[in-house]
Amino acid sequence: MSTPLVSVSHLSHRYDQHSVLEDVSFDVEEGSFVGLVGPNGSGKTTLIKLILGIERIQKGSIEIFGKPVQRFKNKGHISFVSQKANSFNRGFPATAKEVVGMGLTARSSLFQSQSNVNEQIKQALEYVNMTAFANQNIGELSGGQQQRVFIARALVSKPKLLILDEPTVGVDTDNVQQFYQLLSTLNRELGITLILVSHDIGTITTQVNDLLCLNKNLHYHGDPNKFEQLSNEERSTFYGHDLNVITHDH
Amino acid sequence: MLEALLNYELLRNTFFTGLLVGLIAPLLGTFVVVQRQAMIADGLSHVTLAGIAFGMFMQKQPMSTMITPFQFGMIFSIAGAVIIEKLRSMYREFQEIAIPIIHSLGVGLAIVFIALANGINTDIYSYLFGSVAAVSRNDLLLILGTTIFVVVIVFVLYKKLFALSFDEEFAEVSGIRARFIHYLFMILTALVIAASIRIVGVLLVSALMTLPVATSMRVAKSFKQTIWYSILYGEVAVIIGLISGYYLEIPPGGTIVLTAVLLLGLTLLVKKIKSLGRIEGEHS
Ligand SMILES: Nc1ncnc2c1ncn2[C@@H]1O[C@H](COP(=O)(O)OP(=O)(O)O)[C@@H](O)[C@H]1O
Ligand SMILES: [Mg+2]
Repeated sequence: MSTPLVSVSHLSHRYDQHSVLEDVSFDVEEGSFVGLVGPNGSGKTTLIKLILGIERIQKGSIEIFGKPVQRFKNKGHISFVSQKANSFNRGFPATAKEVVGMGLTARSSLFQSQSNVNEQIKQALEYVNMTAFANQNIGELSGGQQQRVFIARALVSKPKLLILDEPTVGVDTDNVQQFYQLLSTLNRELGITLILVSHDIGTITTQVNDLLCLNKNLHYHGDPNKFEQLSNEERSTFYGHDLNVITHDH
Repeated sequence: MLEALLNYELLRNTFFTGLLVGLIAPLLGTFVVVQRQAMIADGLSHVTLAGIAFGMFMQKQPMSTMITPFQFGMIFSIAGAVIIEKLRSMYREFQEIAIPIIHSLGVGLAIVFIALANGINTDIYSYLFGSVAAVSRNDLLLILGTTIFVVVIVFVLYKKLFALSFDEEFAEVSGIRARFIHYLFMILTALVIAASIRIVGVLLVSALMTLPVATSMRVAKSFKQTIWYSILYGEVAVIIGLISGYYLEIPPGGTIVLTAVLLLGLTLLVKKIKSLGRIEGEHS
């Protein structure tokens, strides 16, 4: 088998005395669409930050393309839509186009051709169907439109892995359906490996082809269809939380 | 005034310096404002005042130094920026208290050194309110150097500064060295504040960094435009303010900042009239 894109082994993490991850191990294969679910406070965002290299590993290890994450320098290969993406300063004077351009910033140099950059930005906006809003101020767009701009920003560097942390929070239901369609296209047509984080176990199991249930420990890893067939009780144990409570948790 | 500009070197220096400051204060001001850091300017300008007062005190000492009060001001300002960053990393959950701490430190030190240097004199007066005839050739050269340094760094790091100002976490994930760039930005801000004091004075530095930006944000459609319009408004305020200050014999800090306020008011008014016109047009 080829090297997994992400390989997490025996990862544990604590904030002060408070343990949030315990002995978590799993692999993410290239081309897969992974759902990472767990109740609020179960350590999902922490795990993502460790994979992205913005939180320091305390115990265990993470490899990206077979390289320890601390030494993985090709940042353009991994992209991210944050849980906090929507909490930016609404008055910030930037257009959708300028925001998408930020996705190319780290690798930009003074001598790179501006028309090339513009072309890449245009493509990314086309992909998320936001071309018409390119010159609109980001704060003036609707929640769903902003979300798509942030996805374009994450896509513009042509990443191999895209991680989305609870991206549907604050997006209305109509747009959520469209949104899943977009993700599915990215995964199938562009071959981008996806990790989608959610605290809502409902819709996600029908969309992804690999499911991780996290609640400090990894309670389930495998086929989402098999997970669907489990009894409610078994699912609750895997999810690590009472499911009935979760369905109201929006 | 043209004749006076040709004949008096100090006036000429002031005018050039004004043009330089009218460029860099709004340029950095744009980043400062969008990061919601406008209070920094006030904090650091008082630290600069402390440095200036310290320099005046040192001049009174028998073994006087080569460093001028203005240069001491710049040094203090940079030190103040470094201390703010240190405080912020110490008080992660209360980052906003770094500014009041540094502000009080600045005012406290300034009072002590002004008293030790024999109280308020015309020099201190010109640093507080600005002056049309206080810029020496040395000051001008120092501010010219500062301007070149600031403009080059902002030009080279423009995209990174922009990305960091908008979303620090994403910037970091995409490989930008956030800590380093942020530090550099703070030092640039310290330099610009110290430089601006020569023209508008300690009390009004923050106005020159923020008012043109506030006006610009009302008309600009993108971040780049926001920067360009801020500089335009800044320069217009400096030029009109310096000329009227000269003729009215009023310290230019006052006239420049009032011009900037006037520009803001006019812009808001024009926008209001335009939007009313649009509504009328739709109704008829
Ligand atoms: N920077 C931090 N410092 C201290 N505690 C934190 C920090 N970030 C998260 N936590 C705590 O760690 C736990 C897991 O948080 P998180 O990883 O954000 O969970 P999730 O994303 O699944 O909601 C929570 O109890 C949270 O309060
Ligand atoms: Mg989270």
